[in-house]
Amino acid sequence: MTDFTTWDILRNLLLATRWTILLSLVAFLGGGLLGLALLFLRIGRLSWPRQAVRGYVEVFQGTPLLMQLFLAFFGLGLFGFDVPAWLAAGLTLILWSAAFLTEIWRGCVDAVVRGQWEASASLGMGYVQQMRYVILPQAMRIAIPPTVGFSVQVVKGTALTSIIGFVELSKAGTVVTNATFQPFTVYGIVALIYFCLCWPLSKSSQVLERKLNVAHRDH
Amino acid sequence: MTYQFDFAWVWQYLPVILKGIGITLELIAVGAALGIALGIACAWARALGPSWLKPVVGLYVELIRNTPFLIQLFFIFFGLPGLGLRMTELQAANLAMVINLGAYSCEIIRAGIQATPKGQFEAGASLAMTPFETFRHVVLVPALERIWPALSSQVVIVMLGSAVVSQIAAEDLTFAANFIQSRTFRAFEAYFLTTAIYLLLAILLRQVLAALGRLIFPKGRATP
Amino acid sequence: MSLIEITDLRKSFGETEVLKGITLNVAPGEVIAIIGKSGSGKSTLLRCINGLETVNGGTISVAGAQLQADEPHLKALRLKVGMIFQQFNLFPHLTVGGNVMLSQTVVKKTPTVEAEAMARKMLDRVGLGHRFDAWPSELSGGQQQRVAIARALAMQPIALLCDEITSALDPELVAEVLAVVRELAADGMTLILVTHEMGFARDVCSRVVFMHQGRVHEMGPPAEIFASPKTPELRQFVGKQ
Repeated sequence: MTDFTTWDILRNLLLATRWTILLSLVAFLGGGLLGLALLFLRIGRLSWPRQAVRGYVEVFQGTPLLMQLFLAFFGLGLFGFDVPAWLAAGLTLILWSAAFLTEIWRGCVDAVVRGQWEASASLGMGYVQQMRYVILPQAMRIAIPPTVGFSVQVVKGTALTSIIGFVELSKAGTVVTNATFQPFTVYGIVALIYFCLCWPLSKSSQVLERKLNVAHRDH
Repeated sequence: MTYQFDFAWVWQYLPVILKGIGITLELIAVGAALGIALGIACAWARALGPSWLKPVVGLYVELIRNTPFLIQLFFIFFGLPGLGLRMTELQAANLAMVINLGAYSCEIIRAGIQATPKGQFEAGASLAMTPFETFRHVVLVPALERIWPALSSQVVIVMLGSAVVSQIAAEDLTFAANFIQSRTFRAFEAYFLTTAIYLLLAILLRQVLAALGRLIFPKGRATP
Repeated sequence: MSLIEITDLRKSFGETEVLKGITLNVAPGEVIAIIGKSGSGKSTLLRCINGLETVNGGTISVAGAQLQADEPHLKALRLKVGMIFQQFNLFPHLTVGGNVMLSQTVVKKTPTVEAEAMARKMLDRVGLGHRFDAWPSELSGGQQQRVAIARALAMQPIALLCDEITSALDPELVAEVLAVVRELAADGMTLILVTHEMGFARDVCSRVVFMHQGRVHEMGPPAEIFASPKTPELRQFVGKQ
């Protein structure tokens, strides 16, 4: 067995980071699209879709992401084909992200003060017009910081897909550890790489939120 | 789909499942108690502590909040023995959860402290209390009351996140599921059942925390 | 003939009955002040007329449009009656001009050019033509409230409901808003105002309605109501002002 330099370790981990980034993007964008569709059901006026989305959110927020991954992996397997890890990972993370984003965005819609509903109603607008022209434009502004903040959860969430065998940063960490017997260094570097991915997102979420608060005080 | 669902194994493996539930509950009980305590200490340090301490705590909080729990767990269990710090699976799991919840609850509690009206600090000072006494007796409890719902949600998140401690062979509920599926080859059923149990635990935990909140912060008292 | 007809209107919040059978007819061009203690139901009455509260009994009709809970009926009613709120409720994400144009283009489908012309005209009317491109957050409370009035007027309503429109304003800003309302009254607009400004009610209104515990307790021309109240409750209320 050859000796591994720190550079070898870092290079292997960085190569695997590409998959962490790709999976994060797929999960965040896919989850965002699905979450938006669910949001409209959740804040719509029909009762049963509202309840259904509520249940969906409750299940995904009330169970471990790891279990969701296992269920997708083995559940898809029940259909009789070999499930690739990337499929189970991508699908689960999209469904999981959608649940959280729907709930975050619903909170933002609720945060628009009642007077805005009343003023637009008194001007003769119907529900769809109120949403389209008055409520959603304001909710979207409030939604930006927590949405960016949630992207951090998505990046960290992708680490769990290593457990069902998707080779990304965490899995690479385990593989490299098994080859080098340097868990302290390897997991330390893995943690630092995650930090470099997540921290800018966390920070910009904070900055955006502060900006929004300042803008709000002006009103 | 011609698959036949089979839950006949449940009775045979009930003790394994119950043991797993017990460990998961034990982990979250210890994790929540110590994690929140750590969070309070860090929140004090970040909001009101000496200036040299603030960046140290800040670094800890940012490091934990921006890395996956799984990696924190691996680092503690596999990495720290390299420095001579050896511990059992359960100890490592507990430590990881305390450190993780400590960082998140620090930020939550700090927000609660910062929402304290300035007059409360001034009133404390005018009654000749030291800043720490004011924090301890005047500021802390209303601050916790303010953020109790957010803190409760975080505890539930950490409980659900604890599923990954099975990866270092801590024998929690997920470990039980892994064990059962390896014996029965009924993977989907095993994980389906454990997922349902986690959902129930999450709902239960939320209610326990809400009840605890009502107990610690009796109603009718106004929070400034 | 009455423009607004309210018959035996009842409204409860849970167990509490807030309006216990209100009957009120308003002729075109009338300016009515509703006065009374807080909790007497005066704001609720106004909100019912605009369909912002669902009523438990009785009827409301405005120029033949009946109040009903479904969207087409509500829309028809609200096109006839505008409402001004205590907290202005301007849309913070739109400019002043955008605020006044939005419902014209969205609800009435007025072409943008015409809507803008109407918006400028109405903003001129409240003395804010020069602030067309300003943001609501850049305006004082009094100016915001005047924009809210222009916004309601741009829909060309036949009546305007004003719900304590000066209560959220600093004292020095009250006059500019009341001046606008005074002009509207002079132009013949039908107005129903819930107000605490007794001097204004006396000078401008054609009729004063005193509400007490969910009922119309006393009603009459301002001279009568303020000079010689008939009931002890009104006497006490007027005496305190």
